Amino acid sequence: MKLSLTLRHVFVLVVCAFALLPIVFVVSAAINPLGTLASTELLPKGASLGNFGDLFASDTYPFARWFLNSVFIALASSFASLLLSMLAAYAFSRMRFAGRRTGLLALLLIQMFPQFLAIVTIFIIFTKVTEMYPAFGFNTVWGLLLLYLGGALGVNTWLMKGFLDTVPKELDEAATVDGASHAQIFWRVIMPLVTPILAVTALLAFIGTMSEFIMANVFLRDPESKTLAVGMYGMIAGDQRNANFGMFAAATLLTAVPTVGVFLWLQKYIVSGLTAGAVKG
Amino acid sequence: MSSPPAVDVREARGAHAPPKPRREITTAFLVSRIAVLAVAAALLLYALPPLVAARSWPAVVILCAATAAIAYLYLTRRFVPAKYLIPGTVFLIAFQVFPVLYTVSTAFTNFGDGHRGDKRAAITAIESGSVRQAPGSPEYSLTAALKGEALVFLLVDPATKQVQAGDAAGLTPVPGAQVGVTGKVLRAPGYTVLTAPQAAARGQDVTALSVPTPGGLIKANGLSRAVEGRATLVYDARCDCVQGEGDRWAADEGQGYFVNAKGQHLAQGWQVNVGLSNFARVVTDPTISRYFAGVFGWNVVFALASVGTTFALGMAVALALHHPRMRGTKAYRIALILPYAMPSFAMLLVWRDMFNRDFGLINQLFGVDVDWMGQPSTARFAVVLVNLWLGFPYMFLVTTGALQAIPRELTEAASIDGATPWNGFRRVTLPLLLVALTPLLISSFAFNFNNFNAIALTSEGGPFPAESPQVGATDLLITYTFRLAFGTGGAQFGFAAAISVFIFAIVAIISAVTFRRTRRQEEVYA
Repeated sequence: MKLSLTLRHVFVLVVCAFALLPIVFVVSAAINPLGTLASTELLPKGASLGNFGDLFASDTYPFARWFLNSVFIALASSFASLLLSMLAAYAFSRMRFAGRRTGLLALLLIQMFPQFLAIVTIFIIFTKVTEMYPAFGFNTVWGLLLLYLGGALGVNTWLMKGFLDTVPKELDEAATVDGASHAQIFWRVIMPLVTPILAVTALLAFIGTMSEFIMANVFLRDPESKTLAVGMYGMIAGDQRNANFGMFAAATLLTAVPTVGVFLWLQKYIVSGLTAGAVKG
Repeated sequence: MSSPPAVDVREARGAHAPPKPRREITTAFLVSRIAVLAVAAALLLYALPPLVAARSWPAVVILCAATAAIAYLYLTRRFVPAKYLIPGTVFLIAFQVFPVLYTVSTAFTNFGDGHRGDKRAAITAIESGSVRQAPGSPEYSLTAALKGEALVFLLVDPATKQVQAGDAAGLTPVPGAQVGVTGKVLRAPGYTVLTAPQAAARGQDVTALSVPTPGGLIKANGLSRAVEGRATLVYDARCDCVQGEGDRWAADEGQGYFVNAKGQHLAQGWQVNVGLSNFARVVTDPTISRYFAGVFGWNVVFALASVGTTFALGMAVALALHHPRMRGTKAYRIALILPYAMPSFAMLLVWRDMFNRDFGLINQLFGVDVDWMGQPSTARFAVVLVNLWLGFPYMFLVTTGALQAIPRELTEAASIDGATPWNGFRRVTLPLLLVALTPLLISSFAFNFNNFNAIALTSEGGPFPAESPQVGATDLLITYTFRLAFGTGGAQFGFAAAISVFIFAIVAIISAVTFRRTRRQEEVYA
């Protein structure tokens, strides 16, 4: 038993080394005083916070503004999309209705068609929306949010339906016998039980939105409205690549901060067990 | 477009068995109903006026019907599943299904560069593009202005100093306008004169506006000059052709071009329905069909390898940490999740630099001199490795979640019954994991099948063999076709849409087959 535990540690440590290698490289680039790609090594020769200073002092790249935009969009869209897909997953997992299987299959198929293949038509649609409802048009976070919510039902519904299927149905039957309505079962019985899954899915949605690039790149062209992904891509585009690499690495690290923060915040839910002990015998 | 699924109330009721006595009206019931009505009313109040102003009556009807249907759905006690499905479905239809269907319909057209608008727009573009300054015609001094919301030209005749306003309808005199020393109009009653930056911001509108005159057209030449010219190419409705410059181009509705006797066409065409020719091109065009099978094969290998390696590594680490006496799991978890927390597009670019032959970290670290992205086998290895690094934390996270959902009693029972740890994993843990995760694995496969970023930001599809610079060793269908469709030949949206439909069909077939297996699994375990 002792040996097997040691083996577990060794294995996990090796994987951790693999996971951390590029990140160490980025850290090294971020604190590299020269701030160029060519001068960056795994272990930095010197250390300075110059790249971070440049990042916030820069007029060309309003980094702080991008940061706020990204965090807001990522938080709002992950919460909203989570709720939407949780509602749908509840119906698919617990109710039997005509078109259930068709609906599930349709969701799977629709999601196969990557949204960015439709980018030309999305652009055309939002050109119209911008004319009529400027508050939801190009260069607004609300329009981008709507667009992201369009993809909410795809993968998350399936993921959560999978988890709901493993929650014993006896629990809601018991609640029904006690006189609970479907809404009460959803909010009082199911939601507390699946908090760990919600935490995992919220984290995934948050991360996905933080790194989403193609749609945001088309949608946000005004420098002030950009998200981190769009703004930072512009930072090392073309011949800026070598010169701005230190700043880019610094920005990459700062972008990771909110994600790590959300992970630590949700950690306690992820750790707790799901249904162990809920049904005995 | 799929209408909301028809709801079988009988079955839903049947599950809840005996006919319930009519429920009393509680406060919560009342409050929620009032909230529903308020939201529906607010939606209508916000969305309706612009649609009415734009006179798009079909949209008005759809909006009213949709709002009424949603309000009814949440006011009644019936259609319980629909109450849960509608919120997400509305977004799904508006921002995913509709754009996708729109794209599919584009696949049957020649929409793209040279075929963007309708025939009238093409004629206008051809005619105004062929305007040449008529010899001896005056050069007006131009001031851009607004009448209401519409752009107009205020034109000062160099000889008479007379001010005229020109818009798409023609010229009208402007009495009482003030002209500055430079010839610019300073003020004109009834018009809002634009400043130079304002006019520059509307540069496209300024270029597009042409003012008809008895002898030809007045077009802007820059932002402060306008010249009168004559269109050298003129459309004639009687022969449905464009004439001028000593030639004649007849409209070809099949191609969406004006074509002359030698088979040459004018640059501007219009969007026409081309039927299946975009699809036929994939099969018949030798520069496309020759490599299709090879790219498809590597595409499948790449997607399978990505899903397989990420799931295997993610699950292995999750299992290693899922042990009651494991210490330091919190620290490990943070280290393992870090790759996922890093912005993926940025890390893809970083990985590309790490695989660089001359100053890349990998060569430096292992003391080798490998041109990673220069040879097919190492480039393929590299992109799969990069994708493994990006993807395994996700698999680790979801497996951890799913492992926690599996009651520990089950594995305990198995070990009490004498199962070895391996058997306990293979016969209890893994099947239960797969119930929860198979849909996710299918999604992951579909995602990696079209993982544009993973290739485009690292190897860019390369390395390219010397004899066929069109197709690289790590090209996926999507990067390959995007290069063909959007590359040197200009934007060909119709063709790109057709390729997208091909990719969609391939992934859909693979997924449908896998889905049938999931269904069997669900019936066994659920």
